[in-house]
Amino acid sequence: MESQLGLIEKSFNVKYSDGVREALDELPDSFTITDPSISGHPIVYVSRGFLKVFGYSKNEVLGKNGRVFQGPKTNRRSVMAIREAIREERGIQISLLNYRKDGTPFWMLFNMCPVYSEKDGRVVHFLGIQVPILRRRNSLGGGIGRNGGVCYDGGNCRGYVYKCCRREVCSNSMMEMDRALSVDSVSGLDHTEVDVEGPCEASDQEKTKASVAVNNIMSVLANYSELNGRLVIDRRCCQSGTSLLSASLNISFGRIKQSFVLTDAHLPDMPIVYASDAFLKLIGYLRHEVLGRNCRFLSGEDTERGTQFQIKQCIQNEQPCTVHILNYRKDGTSFWNFLHISPIRSASGKVAYFVGIQIEDTTEAREKQGLNPEMRHRSVVAAVKVAVRGWSMGASTS
Amino acid sequence: MMLKIKRVPTLVSNFQKDEADEIAARGAGCGRNCLRNCCLPGSKLPLYGFKNLSYGKSVADETKESPIDFLESLVLGEWEDRQQKGLFRYDVTACETKVIPGEYGFVAQLNEGRHLKKRPTEFRVDKVLQPFDGSKFNFTKVGQEELLFQFEASEEDEVQLYPDAPIDPEKSPSVVAINVSPIEYGHVLLIPKVLECLPQRIDRDSFLLALHMAAEAANPYFRLGYNSLGAFATINHLHFQAYFLAVQFPIEKAPTQKITVTDAGVKISEMLHYPVRGLVFEGGNTLEDLADVVSDSCICLQENNIPYNVLISDSGKRIFLLPQCYAEKQALGEVSAELLDTQVNPAVWEISGHMVLKRKEDYEGATEANAWRLLAEVSLSEARFQEVTALIFEAISLSVEENEDGTDGSPEDLDVTPPQPMEEIDGLNTHSTMVPA
Repeated sequence: MESQLGLIEKSFNVKYSDGVREALDELPDSFTITDPSISGHPIVYVSRGFLKVFGYSKNEVLGKNGRVFQGPKTNRRSVMAIREAIREERGIQISLLNYRKDGTPFWMLFNMCPVYSEKDGRVVHFLGIQVPILRRRNSLGGGIGRNGGVCYDGGNCRGYVYKCCRREVCSNSMMEMDRALSVDSVSGLDHTEVDVEGPCEASDQEKTKASVAVNNIMSVLANYSELNGRLVIDRRCCQSGTSLLSASLNISFGRIKQSFVLTDAHLPDMPIVYASDAFLKLIGYLRHEVLGRNCRFLSGEDTERGTQFQIKQCIQNEQPCTVHILNYRKDGTSFWNFLHISPIRSASGKVAYFVGIQIEDTTEAREKQGLNPEMRHRSVVAAVKVAVRGWSMGASTS
Repeated sequence: MMLKIKRVPTLVSNFQKDEADEIAARGAGCGRNCLRNCCLPGSKLPLYGFKNLSYGKSVADETKESPIDFLESLVLGEWEDRQQKGLFRYDVTACETKVIPGEYGFVAQLNEGRHLKKRPTEFRVDKVLQPFDGSKFNFTKVGQEELLFQFEASEEDEVQLYPDAPIDPEKSPSVVAINVSPIEYGHVLLIPKVLECLPQRIDRDSFLLALHMAAEAANPYFRLGYNSLGAFATINHLHFQAYFLAVQFPIEKAPTQKITVTDAGVKISEMLHYPVRGLVFEGGNTLEDLADVVSDSCICLQENNIPYNVLISDSGKRIFLLPQCYAEKQALGEVSAELLDTQVNPAVWEISGHMVLKRKEDYEGATEANAWRLLAEVSLSEARFQEVTALIFEAISLSVEENEDGTDGSPEDLDVTPPQPMEEIDGLNTHSTMVPA
């Protein structure tokens, strides 16, 4: 099993050629890059500018989730808006109260954009820029952004041509923002006082700064990914028919710490479309070696045919089943797998996936504290059902 | 005059329908394995003891990698277990559901199975507080297989799970039970001190318990709700509801405007641009601070006979309080036949933007404007809402004049009364309905 740090290292190295870190380090801006495919959606790159603004060292930031920089006065509605943007894989620009390492709060303009793989249109990373907002005393304020500091922009960074497929989410908010800004520009500046309660609207200048930073960083990323032959881009240009899961499902599944796979019921031979870290650890394969394959590669010479048949029957009848089955790891060693399989319906009410949860049947596993193996099976089935239903009800309306 | 409405009660327990015909005793107890004296002795039920953290501490804890989400796993695992045992009236994941296109993303579900083919019952809607009536259905009559676990503060400084804990009547356990007519996956009921047979009425301890459950589940898509009598609670036995739905609720997207912050740091805001007027509570130095302000507000409403709904959102960090008047309007014949025909009872989930529809035509024709129109009927008028807010602030010893920003009543925000929500609302252009499949 790779360590979290190993995964973080790799998240970057496989997508970009050597020298990308050095090139990013040259940029003065405060920004982070996160990987939604790793459990916990951790920060995999942090800029020098960020460390300076927040007062942390690099090792304290890498591997953390961005929410650790929020605090008790951070507006909850803004936090939710960011969470939803990540789930929906779109950009967002929003004022947010963050906390430095020493505990002092400050307002910043947070500008987040997804970074797509050109090949399959998948979100590989999220780029987050933090532009500290020089606080203006709020006299009249603007039309938006006043209530709780939320500056809703559907994802377009002003002045930055962000050709996201989902442009439609935005448009009329831009006009609102113009209106807001024109009112705002009359207020005076105050650099010292931090009104943590009040809403905070970024200036035009700060928004431009964020957009320029996005442009610069994206061009570095594009450049270094091109050299590597795995181009990343700022927009999703193709919606290929691959069965890769969205970042939002990856994030939901990443919270489930147990060994499980998801297979697509509608693709020929039901290939694996998601494999958890614990699954890979259990069987000793790498992720790309299992995605796209049917689960039967886990069986081998001494696996009982009857058990395999039983599984097949259950899948055909869209019924859950629980079996003990002899499976094989990559290194050829076998183990008893206490396996539970269950159909998973999408928001249309139809079976879309099957989930398989593996628990290695050992004495230790049986004696483990907490939930018993049957209950652990069921809690994973349930968590997957909730994630798929929530994700697909949004997706169905496009 | 006594105000009543007729409605078909939702079946929350498999033993609710047997209310009239008592089953003959088989062996010990009444044969239902219920929670009353006939069946209770010797009964066991898993016990989840939550760590009694102060709010401040739990915020600091977020910097640590959170371990397993233990309560969440327990609720989910036990619920799926009951599903596989066939205790529910239908598989809710087989009910079609969608996000309705629009600014807010109202959620519609087609649920033809939830509705009982049963004669409507009369409900008295003009009294928010009514005494407990042991002859009616209550949660001591559910079967023990419908219970998932006991929920209480741990005596240790950490989370504890006792898989085989006795149900001790002396300790008056709070329990979590399934709703056999779920409106979403994981639909459960939290019944504080079930054996004490408390009527549907908020008190400080019970509300704090509900807030602990939200905080402990630590999942923003697991929300708790409360309906008072007169605001579509059907069972007069103290209970909160909860379920998982992994989308943002429209009410959570509504812009808010701060009114004041209490001495204990609880921020109280007013919702703007949402069809139902309501207050939002967040922050507080401790979880208790937040719970106390909200429960005192609820107590004020129920004592003044104002029906209301409560949504505990964002893992207990944001609470919506919504006084309403729909049932009263319905009883007085002031609701249009068209709205009544949909048979949507605007309780806490509907008000939050999750609409469970019983007719296919309503589901297929669901629009944001329709949802908005229904919910607008639920809301108090602006004038009445301001009156009720003043009443609440008096009860929790705050005055609206404390507003330090002086922004209260600023024209841009309050003049917007949106008959056509999509065009009128600013600040709400992010979301959810345009995600490509």
